[in-house]
Amino acid sequence: MIKLNQNQIDGIRQHGERDYPYECCGLLIGRFSEEGRRVVVGTYQISNAREEEAKRNRFLIRPEELMRGERHARKQQLDVIGFYHSHPDDQAIPSRYDLEHAWPVYSYIIVSVREGRAYKLLSWEMEADRSKFNPEEISKGDQ
Amino acid sequence: MAVTIIIPTALRQFAGGSSELTVEARTIGEALDSLTSRHTELRKHLYSDPNALRSFVNIYLNDEDMRHAQRLETPVKDGDTVMIVPSIAGGISTVDELETVLST
Repeated sequence: MIKLNQNQIDGIRQHGERDYPYECCGLLIGRFSEEGRRVVVGTYQISNAREEEAKRNRFLIRPEELMRGERHARKQQLDVIGFYHSHPDDQAIPSRYDLEHAWPVYSYIIVSVREGRAYKLLSWEMEADRSKFNPEEISKGDQ
Repeated sequence: MAVTIIIPTALRQFAGGSSELTVEARTIGEALDSLTSRHTELRKHLYSDPNALRSFVNIYLNDEDMRHAQRLETPVKDGDTVMIVPSIAGGISTVDELETVLST
């Protein structure tokens, strides 16, 4: 389960709408709780590093950007606990491409943006054997 | 040569919870082989086939990106730090893909 507040959810949705028709992406900064939950404390917007013609259906967070985000999180004694991205004119469901490039442990939030307006927002986590994504419950609320 | 390997958050659970480990190696490849022979579960996350690192696995040697260097053949010396840093990527699906990606 991942916990976010309404402001954070709105921020992800607005980022998706702003970057439409391109995919937006960002980091989820927070902490892993002892019960295995993830609690988002803040989001960290990243500029999609894919080339112009690929941004409509692909996103990329470069390692140096992730390292910068990790440092930003560590300064607050937090971790990068996951990532979000948008699917312009598509469902908020992970693709084979998402699975091939996913990492375990992290939460993957996807927001569907159709004709510039954000709709469904879902969270996913990859099975440790890399075989599939499982839906992750989103709990709305503050820490 | 004693080399320290920094493990990213995502892979720590496959490395006994460690954020860093010290191994004996002469090259980056040997260091990663030593790491993955100690923690076999790590291998499938780092390698796409027996000898090729996944394209979204990046290796930094003492903060220097090894992307353009010989990568696995790069020699290491005593006290070096090898950092594994993921690139994060994804994108839209096609309808045909969905069944294979989602849990049932």
